[in-house]
Amino acid sequence: MWKQLAAFWRALRGSIRDLAPIILVIGFFQLVVLRQPVPDLTGLLTGTLLVVLGLTLFVRGLELGLFPIGETMAFSFARKGSLFWLLVFAFALGFGTTVAEPALIAVADEAASVAAEARVIDTSESAHNAYALGLRLTVALSVGVAIVLGVFRIIKGWPVHYLIMVGYLGVVVMTPLAPKEIIGIAYDSGGVTTSTITVPLVTALGVGLAMSIEGRNPMVDGFGLIAFASLTPIIFVLGYGMLF
Amino acid sequence: MESLDGYLDAILGTVRDVLPIAIILFGFQIFVLRRAVPNLKRVLVGFLYVLIGMVLFLEGLEQALFPLGRLMATQLTDPVFILGDAAVDHVLAWTDYGWVYLFAALIGFSTTIAEPSLIAVAIKAREVSGGSVGIWGLRVAVAIGVAVGVMLGTFRIVTGTPLHYYIIAGYIIVIIQTAFAPRIIVPLAYDSGGVTTSTVTVPLVTALGLGLASSVPGRSPILDGFGLIAFASLFPIMSVMVYAQLSEWYTRRRHDRGTGNE
Repeated sequence: MWKQLAAFWRALRGSIRDLAPIILVIGFFQLVVLRQPVPDLTGLLTGTLLVVLGLTLFVRGLELGLFPIGETMAFSFARKGSLFWLLVFAFALGFGTTVAEPALIAVADEAASVAAEARVIDTSESAHNAYALGLRLTVALSVGVAIVLGVFRIIKGWPVHYLIMVGYLGVVVMTPLAPKEIIGIAYDSGGVTTSTITVPLVTALGVGLAMSIEGRNPMVDGFGLIAFASLTPIIFVLGYGMLF
Repeated sequence: MESLDGYLDAILGTVRDVLPIAIILFGFQIFVLRRAVPNLKRVLVGFLYVLIGMVLFLEGLEQALFPLGRLMATQLTDPVFILGDAAVDHVLAWTDYGWVYLFAALIGFSTTIAEPSLIAVAIKAREVSGGSVGIWGLRVAVAIGVAVGVMLGTFRIVTGTPLHYYIIAGYIIVIIQTAFAPRIIVPLAYDSGGVTTSTVTVPLVTALGLGLASSVPGRSPILDGFGLIAFASLFPIMSVMVYAQLSEWYTRRRHDRGTGNE
């Protein structure tokens, strides 16, 4: 019992240290630069307490649940030896986790407003919603494709940087051809797709696969899935902007 | 009652986030792999921890830090704050935005240190590298990258230069660095670009971009407000490779000195 409490206290202290910088920065700007009192101090303190507790639980849950299941599934797929099902799984994981991502929904909505403002689409509500949904599906599709490609790369042992360079080239070639309004959104969409729950899972999957395939190094071959997932949306969204 | 609604929203949002993932994982486990999950109870407890942790984390941020941070982003970019009570007809130059750049860099750094998905990747990277990539080393390297990226991004919004020039220049630097960086760090460095921008960083950085684009004369929030996230996911790639090169150089030097003494 005491041992567990001590471990929990250590974890809690770790979370406090993780959050200290952001609290210091906001405190410094509020009190020293803007010279304003802190509104609602109790709300601030309880909120911070919740954030610390939440982060502690999240990291614990990561080690108990997300990491083990990601790795176990990678091992099981490697043992089963069916490339087809592994790639179906990779696609489902990428597409499924992205399509419902709140940050993406917000960005897609924003993008539809931009398109309407630029008179690319009708200003009607239905055109707005159709454009936003199309964009969301495009990004989800691109993440699905990215994870499939990334998993295939791990199996083949291709170096990650060649594929990334091809992707960069795609972005550079497509940027001047795409409508000006979509560029900022496209570049940003690469960053918003990978959520807090997807990242640990996908990382564990990649590392697990690289460990269970002979001749692969988990450090060199296991990482890189997230990199694909944040590059393909840029290309796909630029493409979407060119087509619609 | 209001805060209860907030919790309910946060719980619903997180469940909606986790549900598709849980369905995919357990669906494949049961129907395709056809085997029981080892330590099922432990894994489920882990999922529950992640769920509760995310709810508390998001709700706490929404209660404490986000409102203040967003307010700050608009206040710092307000011309009245920048000029003080001085001349109203003074035209703002890019050098007048000093506090904004500092805020951008510090908020980029500190939100990245608090980013849960980066913590996850750092834990995994230490485990896989056998300790040669430290948790704090990686996190601080990424955070410095985000700080520089967001700062440069605000500078771009202030000056109104096109986004893609910066990004393409960044790509070229990344490619050159790749040629010289230790092989083993390259995939991790590329990954850290996508990892940094999630729960904590995106809302604050987006608020900063939109606030800045709507207060700088001649910028439109729609055209110029985007792009900070792109900066924040490009620069960590460079900073992580620099970190790897520096630590390799340091180890080699120490090693050389060690053999020289013998």
